[in-house]
Formats: sequence, structure tokens, C-alpha cells
Amino acid sequence: MNVIEASALGKRYRGTWALRECTLAIPAGRVTALVGPNGAGKSTLLNLAVGLSTPSAGAVTVLGGRRAGSPAALDGIAFVAQDTPLYRTLSVADMIYIARSLNRRFDQPYAKARLDDLGIPLKRKAGKLSGGQQAQLALTLALARRPRLLVLDEPVAMLDPVARHDFMATVLAAASADGVSVLLSSHVLTELERVAGYLILLARGRVQLAGEVGDLLAAHGRASLEELAMAYLRETTPEVTR
Amino acid sequence: MTAQTVPARPDEDDASLRAVPWRRMAGVTWRQHRIALAGTAVLLGALAVWLWRIGASLHNAYAAAVACHPASSAACQNLVNNFNVSATNHAMGSKGAGGILLQVLPVLIGAFAGAPVLARELETGTFRYAWTQGFGRWRWALAKLVLLAVVLAAATAAFGALVSWYYQPEFDTGHQALGLYQNSPLVTLFSLREVTFPAWTLAAFTMGALAGMLIRRVLPAIVATLAVYTGLAFAAGSFLREHYLTPLATTSSNFNLPGAGTAWTISQWSTKGGRVAFAGGYPPMSLVNQFCSSLSPGKQGPGDPFAQCLAQHGYTQWTSYQPASRFWPFQWIEGGWLLALSALLIAITVVLVHRRAT
Repeated sequence: MNVIEASALGKRYRGTWALRECTLAIPAGRVTALVGPNGAGKSTLLNLAVGLSTPSAGAVTVLGGRRAGSPAALDGIAFVAQDTPLYRTLSVADMIYIARSLNRRFDQPYAKARLDDLGIPLKRKAGKLSGGQQAQLALTLALARRPRLLVLDEPVAMLDPVARHDFMATVLAAASADGVSVLLSSHVLTELERVAGYLILLARGRVQLAGEVGDLLAAHGRASLEELAMAYLRETTPEVTR
Repeated sequence: MTAQTVPARPDEDDASLRAVPWRRMAGVTWRQHRIALAGTAVLLGALAVWLWRIGASLHNAYAAAVACHPASSAACQNLVNNFNVSATNHAMGSKGAGGILLQVLPVLIGAFAGAPVLARELETGTFRYAWTQGFGRWRWALAKLVLLAVVLAAATAAFGALVSWYYQPEFDTGHQALGLYQNSPLVTLFSLREVTFPAWTLAAFTMGALAGMLIRRVLPAIVATLAVYTGLAFAAGSFLREHYLTPLATTSSNFNLPGAGTAWTISQWSTKGGRVAFAGGYPPMSLVNQFCSSLSPGKQGPGDPFAQCLAQHGYTQWTSYQPASRFWPFQWIEGGWLLALSALLIAITVVLVHRRAT
């Protein structure tokens, strides 16, 4: 089964194509890295996949043919948006209550145990947490939904190296232990090296490269994902954002 | 909570996928909007205590005046004067800081509760969280708006009942015009009663919600709501309200006297020989000079001296009016169209949430 299938998918904002001619099949059970410079169309693709926006062209389905944004799709996908938006004036406990109320499944014991492990107090207001703690809270709320697909938009861009490492460790644990498919976007390549099994390289609104990381490395004669991505981004964009 | 007992692995069968129950939005809405709801409760509660205290003294003064025997005695006249003075001083539907506060109360509550519902989510980006949960975004918006609307309507209806109680002694003394109409179209007690007060609050709330969805920022949405509401309230008071029911027309000059109920005069005109001779309550100067030159314009007497004078020359003065007995039909008509408007605005807002493409 493919967690995301896109055919000739395109999104236009005021006459400018943020994403075009995107045809993809992202396999289940993998950690997929969506890589590209800022403005390459990563967020656009993710927003289309989670149903926050509607395509200007083509189509996208998720979790084996479900329409993106449909109730069945929303039920199986947990999305952590860029900058992990939380209700800043609400307590951590209130955030848990809301996530539990808005979903059919919610593993509350898991959520509370994990926040306890992380030393995040339930009474603290979400806005008073550190950046790393906010990211961990958003991730915990997403994982407690027991999703089949976890979608993360630039999850570590704002985090310091330690928080970044801890966050990715959690994502990896969920992927390997619980079999959650993960799709995460990033313009920071270093932390993807260890985690990604499948790679999609986006630049200027188009898919440049997509496939198993191992296959791509072998086919292009590159030693690392970072090296491969850099080579492609150098060819397609005037400057690379790291 | 059943969510804890379901297996960690999601079921694969779409057919068994039942929607998250609507009732779950009650706790969510409360947690997200408790500051707005608590603020509304404190504001209405403080004003209610204030109305209750002054109202109790008005009711006492009225009861004392009514119970006094014999009514013509000097002591009784004193009590009546006392009541009249305090009733005039505390007619806060019409004037003073209290009156103005009551007038703006529906839009204050509605705009400050309604505008942030969607604008805050769009402004802070949390809509990306809320709209990707299993509940579904249009259901989320509909549940929130309806829940908040019902709570606000209940609270403001209770407050409107208190306002009516407050004015009961004045209505009892025959000042029903207070109920139907006052001189200024914007400042009127009519919109502060049991039906219209919650209806105007709902209209402001739903305008705020839609403005927030369209403008996507809280403060501009509140400002837009205040502006649109003011325009609508002015239009209702100046142009719409008098047409709710076809006015009655009379040639009687004493339809408006105490005892017959105080009516709301819509317009006056005069006819001669079955044709309209002139519009308005006052004849043109040419007619006055021709027939009634002996009357001095400034003099006020019983009835209308010009009308009586012209009547002797074959003119009939007509008055169209809304009788005081139409108070409740008018309340329900205004409440009805405002409720329909509110439902429409909620529907538009929910459709926009459903369709919005970022």
C-alpha cells in the first residue's frame, strides 16, 4: 500500500505554481524524507496531503486511495505543522483533553507517560514550554492518536541540536516499534541521514528525484544522502539553504 | 474514556469508521473559549446586580404609590412624584452612561466572543492543528459556533428579561411607547428585551465569526463587526422596524392619549375631498395664512389647533401609527429575521471553513 499517491498534482497561488506535475507513490512502513530548499514546495505538498489545501491540478490520495482531507484520511493521519502550532494559553493537560476529544483513538496513558518522561508538567501552559518541549508535546499528541501515517513539516528547523536529536529519536522509535509510516520535510539534511529510507527531492515546485535511499545512492554513485541531495540541489537551484 | 481501550493498531475497515461524537466539542469549546464566556458572565452579572438594585427601589416606589389611599391626598401625590422622578432618572434604556452601555452590550459581547473563534486560529496557525484532527473541520466549526451561540443567547435572553422587569412599573403606568419606540432609532429600549437582546447578540456573534474567517485577524475582525453591526442596527431602527406590520391609519386626534396605549406615530398627512392635500403634521404656510391666520404658531393647546382649524374648512388629518399592542409581534418579527440572518452567517462561515484552501 502507498501512504500517499499523487498524480500530476499541482498547486497555484495567485498565478504562481508552488507545486506542479507532481507524480509520486510513497510506500507505507517507511520514513520518507521530503528534501529541498525553502520555497521548493515541501509545505505545499504536505498541506495537500493532509487536506488543508485543495489541488489546483491533478489529484492526491492517502492511505491506499482515500481522498486527502476526507474523514477516513484525517482519522489515520497525524500532522505536525511547521513551527508546531499549539494553543499557547492552554495547559498541557488541556491540549491532551482537546486532542483526545477530537479523535476516535487517543492513547492517553501513552501521552501522559511520555510527557512525564520528558519532564513536561501537565499544568504548564503550552506557550511557556521551551521550543524543544513544544515540539515534543506536538509530537506526543500526534503519536498518541496512533496514526498510520505521521506527517511532520519542518519539525526540527527551530530546535537546538540536542532537542533535534531527541525529537528524531522519538520519531524513529515510533516508526520502527509501531510501524508508523512517517513523512517528514526538512531543509536540514544532516539529521535525515540516519532515519530516511525513502527520499523525495523537491526543487522549484517540481520533483527532482524520488526513490529508495539505497537505490538512489547506488545509482548516482554517491556516498551519502547529503552528498546526493547537495549535488542535485546545486544543479537545480542557484543557492542551497542549509 | 473509550479511546484508551481501543487497540493501538488502527482498524483497516472504512465501513466501521464512525464519526467522532458531536458532544465532545462541548468540553473543547469550553476550554478554548472560557475566558470569553467568563468575561461575558462577569459583565452581564455585574450589570444585572446593578439593574436589580435600582429596579428593586423603583418597584418599591411604584408599589407604595399604587397602594396609597386616598389617591388624591397630598401624601399620595408625593409618592407618585417620587416614583416619577426616580423612573425618569433611571430610564437607562434611553440616556446616561448606563443606557449607552446597555445599547452597545449586544455588539460588545457578540464581537469579542465571535471574532476570535476563527480569526485567532488563522492568526496563530493553530487551524493547521484543529483542522487536521479526526473530528473534521466543518463539523468542528459548526459545533463551536452553535454551542457558543446557544450559550450567549441563553445568557442574554435572561438579561433581557431582567431589563423588562426593570421597566415593568413604567409600562404599568401606560408608557408602552418605551417598549415599542423611542425618539432615536439607535438608542431604543426595543432592542434590549427578552427576544431582541439575544437576537442582536447572536447577529453580532455570527458577524464576528464570519468577519474573522474572511479577515483572518482578530482585531480587524472586531472592528469590522462593530462597523457592520452599527450600520445594521441603524438601518433597523430608522427604516425597517416601522414596516414590520402595515401601520394603522386613523383620523382621530386622541388615539395617542394615555389609556388608549401609547402608539408609535409613523407619519401624518391631510386630505380634502378624498385627495391628499399635504403631507406631514403641519400645514403649509399658505394654508395657514388663508384659513387660520388668527392662530399663533407657537401656541400649544389641547389637540392640534391647526388641524382643528383646517377641519372646519373640510380638511381631514390622518395619522398612521403602530399601536402599542403590537409590541410582542414586533419583538418576534425582529427576533425572527435576526435569527435567520445569524443562521445564514453561521452556514456561510462553515462552508468557508470547509472550502478554504490555504
